[in-house]
Amino acid sequence: MGVGLLGGLFDKFKQGLKRTQDLVLAPMGRLLGLRRLDEDQMEELEDLLLQADLGVRAVDQLMARLRFELRGGSEIDPKAVLKDELLKQLRQRPARPFVASGTQVVLLVGVNGVGKTTTLGKLAAHLKARGEGVLVVAGDTFRAAAIDQLERWGERAGVPVIRNQMGGDPAAIAFDGATSAQAKGTPWVLIDTAGRLHTKDHLMKELDKIHRSLQKVIPDAPHRVLLVLDATTGQNGLQQAEVFARTAGVTDLVLTKLDGSAKGGVVVPILDRLKLPIAFVGVGEGVDDLIPFEAEAFVDGLLDA
Amino acid sequence: MFDSLTQKLSQAMKTLRGQSKLTEANLEAVLREVRMALLEADVHVSVARTFLQRVKEKALGAEVMQGLNPAQAFIDIVHRELVEIMGGQAPEHPITFASKPPTVVMMVGLQGAGKTTTCGKLAVFLKKLGRSPLLVPADVYRPAAIEQLHVVAREAGVPSFRTDVKDPVAICAAALAEAKLKGWDTVILDTAGRLHLDEGLMEELVRIKAATSPDEIFFVADAMTGQDAVRSATAFHEKLGITGVVLTKTDGDTRGGAAFSIKQATGQPLKFVGEGEKLEDFQRFHPDRMAQRILGMGDVLSLIEHAKDKIDEKEAEVMARRMAKNQFTLEDMRKQFQQVQKLGSMNKIIGMLPGLGQMKDQLASVATDKRIKHLEAIINSMTPAERANHNLLDGKRKRRIAAGCGRPVSEINQLIKQYVETKKMMGQMNDPKFMARMQRMAKMGGGPNLPF
Repeated sequence: MGVGLLGGLFDKFKQGLKRTQDLVLAPMGRLLGLRRLDEDQMEELEDLLLQADLGVRAVDQLMARLRFELRGGSEIDPKAVLKDELLKQLRQRPARPFVASGTQVVLLVGVNGVGKTTTLGKLAAHLKARGEGVLVVAGDTFRAAAIDQLERWGERAGVPVIRNQMGGDPAAIAFDGATSAQAKGTPWVLIDTAGRLHTKDHLMKELDKIHRSLQKVIPDAPHRVLLVLDATTGQNGLQQAEVFARTAGVTDLVLTKLDGSAKGGVVVPILDRLKLPIAFVGVGEGVDDLIPFEAEAFVDGLLDA
Repeated sequence: MFDSLTQKLSQAMKTLRGQSKLTEANLEAVLREVRMALLEADVHVSVARTFLQRVKEKALGAEVMQGLNPAQAFIDIVHRELVEIMGGQAPEHPITFASKPPTVVMMVGLQGAGKTTTCGKLAVFLKKLGRSPLLVPADVYRPAAIEQLHVVAREAGVPSFRTDVKDPVAICAAALAEAKLKGWDTVILDTAGRLHLDEGLMEELVRIKAATSPDEIFFVADAMTGQDAVRSATAFHEKLGITGVVLTKTDGDTRGGAAFSIKQATGQPLKFVGEGEKLEDFQRFHPDRMAQRILGMGDVLSLIEHAKDKIDEKEAEVMARRMAKNQFTLEDMRKQFQQVQKLGSMNKIIGMLPGLGQMKDQLASVATDKRIKHLEAIINSMTPAERANHNLLDGKRKRRIAAGCGRPVSEINQLIKQYVETKKMMGQMNDPKFMARMQRMAKMGGGPNLPF
């Protein structure tokens, strides 16, 4: 990837976060511009950090670090301190690039309405644009018209979509997809799944069945399991991530809807707890609006004036 | 993952034993715990702050009612305030119908909140009220959103509006005209999900509103939403003047603090909750239940109502009488199993109970629906005579039953043991001394959801 492209992505990322900043950063910027903070200002800052959905624990940690730096009346750069602390947590696992080798099976999972199908469409378009073959599997056989939605994305991206009927067995269609891709030597198989709340045991078991049927074709499949998370999600995101990680073997996170006013701060405690990388973020509705995660840009989005 | 608030509060209140008044000093620790609970439940920071101020004022100097310890008294205040702010009693009529049909209900919200599914659920709800709803697809942006609504309408058994028009405002206006013509008395407009920051799309909603003059504008919100709930709800309300809120995906384990934030930010009532994959999984909003949920107190009331709905009262009465006469047979036990199964999956029930949310996984393996089905199958394989008199069950009969129901003899023995114990316990219930003892215990227990 050239420098220009990276720079472009960075801009796009910032653009997505810009609206977020405009809304809340006036007070945040003022506080972070100070060199000493009194108790009232600390409290105000704490409230602002909580509003980013970072969660009580993570915010406590950040505030403790600030208090530590401020001890004995020292002058500090609160923004630099917070940034350092946040980056430490976000960079525990670097993202793994999507490199084709043999047939790579990618499974997308998550609760309802987070943007799995849209993310899959964008990812398919991205890989296709790199000149790599993609097969899309319509594994959401539950939500009304999910298959049609995915087929539109397939047309848009110019990639084939394999499907069976609504209400069909997602494990069976996943099996068919893996078999077909392997026979044809297609490097990427992207599998959509129905949205499911992590509290529904029977639906979580269905994911396990998809795993098993994929492994009948390709023993080390699925190679990537992307948990799609909506940036507007609050602290329940942590429970979601924990359960999906435990039962579906999540390898990467995707954070969607970052073009709204929500900041997706819940990924900080998630990454801290689960040590997973964020593969992509979604910053819009266009086909190009899925971009690699940049920890620094993300933190700047949370804190920049 | 989180300790329940009641547990934490009882911890913080340990020092308060024996004190009869709540004071500034002894309140500080508990207010901190409540704040933490509210924030972990995703209640907005500033909403939580205002709320705690209000609670503090009420609690300060409040006499602790007799029979309550200070912790209980405090929770009682928190709970009552939360219920009060979330709308007190649920409104009698969640939807205002137009005096001259059709009534127009416009659904708005962010992407992925669940608008389309909610349209279907609302249609089913309205159908039960004897209304004839028409679903109108006005989401021309998301691929296949229109097909999705048509499918949902078919599942709900209601018509959906079909047109080749591509402009959402024109679609809604045309649907309204058709409803008048064909006598559909309630029109539900499924608008596209959008960011409140997207001026263009927000303007489109304003134009739809102008063209259809809706009687209700429902903001559909995901119960799992975090702090952003206030911002998005406020933006939609300022632009459109929403008249109510529908909270979706409450069947997960989110504490749903967003409900409180949205209510506070908009002042508009929460009307319905969506709580499952099926179109029937849709209920009126109950402020008291939501309050308990946000505070991490489970949802005892919902469970009670749920149970009331499903258990056949007559059958229960007959059984109670038989129990009283100590005539409880295996046949009665079978009926009990059937009642329990009617209540829905054990998991759903367990999830509703306070304090048991965490134990759900462990319990699931023990108290799965399958096990109850097995027990029922065992009794099903008995003859009527055997069901009436378990003493008939010798080894030969047990082997026959085992072959019939496909369960091992050991399980049949277990069932019989359980039955004998239950019967014995019921025998005690006829003993007046035993009943008096039980009643005394019940009185001492206080509220069912306060384990301290």
